[in-house]
Amino acid sequence: MTDTSAIIAAMQAEQDETSANEHGINAEEWDRLVTRLNRKPNLVELGIYSVMWSEHCSYKSSRRHLSKFPTKNKHVIQGPGENAGVIDIGDGQAAIFKMESHNHPSYIEPYQGAATGVGGILRDVFTMGARPIALVNALRFGDPSHPKTRSLVAGVVAGIGGYGNCVGVPTVAGETEFHSGYNGNILVNAMAVGLADQDKIFYARGATPGNPIFYVGSKTGRDGIHGATMASAEFSEGDKDNRPTVQVGDPFTEKLLIEACLELMATDAIQAIQDMGAAGLTSSSVEMADSGGENGEGIGVEMDLDKVPQRETGMSAYEIMLSESQERMLMVLYPDKIELAKKVFEKYDLDAEVIGMTTDSGRMVLKQFGETVCDIPVAPLAEDAPNYDRPWVEPKKRPPLDMSTIPEPEDYGEVLLKLMSCPDMASKRWVWEQYDRHVMGDTVDSSQSMGNAAIVRIHGTNKALAITSDCTPRYVAADPYEGGKQIVAEAYRNLSAVGAKPMAITDNLNFGNPEKPETMGYIVKAIEGMAEACGTLDFPVVSGNVSLYNETDGIAIPPTPVVGGVGLIEDLDKVATLKGAQAGDVLIAVADGEPTPGLGASLYLREILGREEGPPPRINLGKEKGVADFVRGLIEDGLVNAVHDVSDGGYMCAATELCLASGVGANLTFPASGSLLGYFVEHQGSYMIAVSPDKLDDLLARADAAGIYAGKQGNLEGDAITLNGDVINISLAKIREAHEGWMPAYMESLD
Amino acid sequence: MKTAVIVFPGSNCDRDAQVALRQATGQDPAMVWHKDGTIPEGTDLVMVPGGFSYGDYLRCGAMAANSPVISQLQDHAARGGYVLGVCNGFQILCETGLLPGALIRNAGLEFVCRPERLKIETGNSAFTSAYASQSEITIPIAHHDGNFVADDETLNALESEGRVAFRYVDNPNGSARDIAGVISENGRVLGMMPHPERAIGGHEGGTDGLGMFASLMAAA
Repeated sequence: MTDTSAIIAAMQAEQDETSANEHGINAEEWDRLVTRLNRKPNLVELGIYSVMWSEHCSYKSSRRHLSKFPTKNKHVIQGPGENAGVIDIGDGQAAIFKMESHNHPSYIEPYQGAATGVGGILRDVFTMGARPIALVNALRFGDPSHPKTRSLVAGVVAGIGGYGNCVGVPTVAGETEFHSGYNGNILVNAMAVGLADQDKIFYARGATPGNPIFYVGSKTGRDGIHGATMASAEFSEGDKDNRPTVQVGDPFTEKLLIEACLELMATDAIQAIQDMGAAGLTSSSVEMADSGGENGEGIGVEMDLDKVPQRETGMSAYEIMLSESQERMLMVLYPDKIELAKKVFEKYDLDAEVIGMTTDSGRMVLKQFGETVCDIPVAPLAEDAPNYDRPWVEPKKRPPLDMSTIPEPEDYGEVLLKLMSCPDMASKRWVWEQYDRHVMGDTVDSSQSMGNAAIVRIHGTNKALAITSDCTPRYVAADPYEGGKQIVAEAYRNLSAVGAKPMAITDNLNFGNPEKPETMGYIVKAIEGMAEACGTLDFPVVSGNVSLYNETDGIAIPPTPVVGGVGLIEDLDKVATLKGAQAGDVLIAVADGEPTPGLGASLYLREILGREEGPPPRINLGKEKGVADFVRGLIEDGLVNAVHDVSDGGYMCAATELCLASGVGANLTFPASGSLLGYFVEHQGSYMIAVSPDKLDDLLARADAAGIYAGKQGNLEGDAITLNGDVINISLAKIREAHEGWMPAYMESLD
Repeated sequence: MKTAVIVFPGSNCDRDAQVALRQATGQDPAMVWHKDGTIPEGTDLVMVPGGFSYGDYLRCGAMAANSPVISQLQDHAARGGYVLGVCNGFQILCETGLLPGALIRNAGLEFVCRPERLKIETGNSAFTSAYASQSEITIPIAHHDGNFVADDETLNALESEGRVAFRYVDNPNGSARDIAGVISENGRVLGMMPHPERAIGGHEGGTDGLGMFASLMAAA
């Protein structure tokens, strides 16, 4: 028998500043809290404030800088501020997408951390009425030789697969990279893309007073309590004790929840809906209340926590409100639709209970065992949360790389093999073969064809979405402003390279401790660089997530702002992939200008010479769009057989990847005079294109007319890759062995 | 041909099956919810789709095999109706006893999704008549528990009775004798781990699954 009076006494006990500090609320925030409340909070209230004001929920360090992002254009239906971004893809349909991190939990418990990251991002998308159609993930791990890395990779990949495969949403693209800077903090960023009808989009906003609050999905347990707070603090050794704060996912329940929610959404029962993610019942109810009202003026909520389906006995109001148990949703229903809603959830054997009502009080009132355990105004929790202008210092500019210190390699063939098999470039087949890429039957192109972006057909049409995720932390570390621009430009390029029109991005900004001015400087400048690119390319940010405090014992991760880009393909008969290249094709490099030297911050420099120096390659945003339009035009008019953007490892690696994907060798001739190292320069705004000889003249004439550089690189033929005769001459089979071999060998080695 | 697709909680290839059957037959299959659904009278083919019925909890397919709809499926099979179980559907058919053997965790222990080459072991069945015996096709696989096991006596019988429909060319999961799909004694029930409904054209899975639906159209 639960001693309810002891629980109530603990819940109602007045809290002091010491207790607030233990909840991650500092002295300044404590004063703010007591002022807003006009009294000291009790335990439940303090718990609610602590999660709502955590970095994770309030974006208190980044909010003022995030506002620099362009968030609107003619395609955008919903920008940042809802569960996910929404864009118009024509024919009355919308693409709904977002990327989110689950970094801290994945380091502590890789399988469940990554799995629930996937679950959470799926909920963000189907909460809005979209059927999820694709998953993407961007993973960053520590040095392969670090003792923890291998088990983290195995756990994270199994977790992503275990969740995504079971819910039946294809995982179509992603990136997996390694660097010692992530030894103490791995990054697990997951993106979900969904498809909805524009007249059936659901929002967290718009709930009006007097309507039932409806809880659906899994029961509430004690897992994940304070997850949002954990994600808002640095790690130190011994944090494995945080394991109980990592939630456990149940993809089977998620699958039922998707089907049940979409079934209910086909009716007119739901007024507002919010998934229970970070800070669970607290943040979902606060967000719906804060954005409620016909004009968004805010409403109140009153909930009876005894009605919340519970997995364990004797749970306190504090635990119920802060639990991050997975696979739960909160809705505000129209009063006459309760029975209808219950019936839908009954079909799927899911819990569904009315747990309270919306009110016009503007307050959050919570009852447990008949007693009031929380009565606070809603507004200070959300819009009035702290909003810091953290001090920051301008990151130091790196001096140009002194090319006289870069020796000519003795064997270019060895260089190529080493680059193609280095951890960042090596095939990630070991990873993506563990992901179901084909369920739902609309995957036109996925990781398996090494393309620039995945292509997922819009079900029942001949249209498709192109999806990519991008970040080059090397460049951001070298120059956050230029690096920030490059990330957005690369996403734009990857989408254009398959023939898609780039539409919008979601971002996932991963950095260290924002309270350190050096780190904050990287955050500010990276955001500004990204914002400039978004503006110039008309490629707005529609949703996103910020993950700070990725630090262990004072050492921050490399700055890693990841972008997930979505593009629209109007006609699936007009796309280009890598695998389309044919023997006999001519390889042409298309670029925003003559290739220029510069190996600063390049993969070559890091992998071959072990140096991480120099500024990143130049980005010419003004020309980026023109080249992309040109390439897209070539694809539309059927002039090309394959397109690949030039990135890590420069032209040489771009050509090699194209050969690996198509299975045809190439004889390459570096056209410029001077050092062959130029072939490893990571020219931005460049594409490697395979064109059949009979279309070559047409292509060159169009390039000439458009003022775009187009230089012949060689021919696709044979079964080897050669450069300038015999400077490189390696069989494709040998390159493939090196490229495909690294990851399985690494994962299977025992040390 | 009149078709139906059974939908269990956690099925996730039910829509793919629906699309493939619609494309093959020109009409929509009946989607039968496991709890209270009915397999319509006159149904020629019932497809048991892939996915994770009941989250694969307990054992893949074990709980679905005890679902209310299964008695109807057994009646349908007893009447000589065609049944096609793919992936989780194959696991369920083994659990119900409609097919022999069992599917256990892949020998490599990991989930595997990739295009897989299959050898047509018999072109002399209602499911494979459109293929030439001993020819090779490529069909995507995506499973964690596709390692087919049975005792030697059963395996010998399957082989001698021509009831091995497909074998893997590069066994991805450790299946006994490389078996990728088996047929029931009466030749009307087929279970297979690869996904023919993901190989019907227009996407990454290719087109080699079309032959199976064409075969069934000719048979029913």
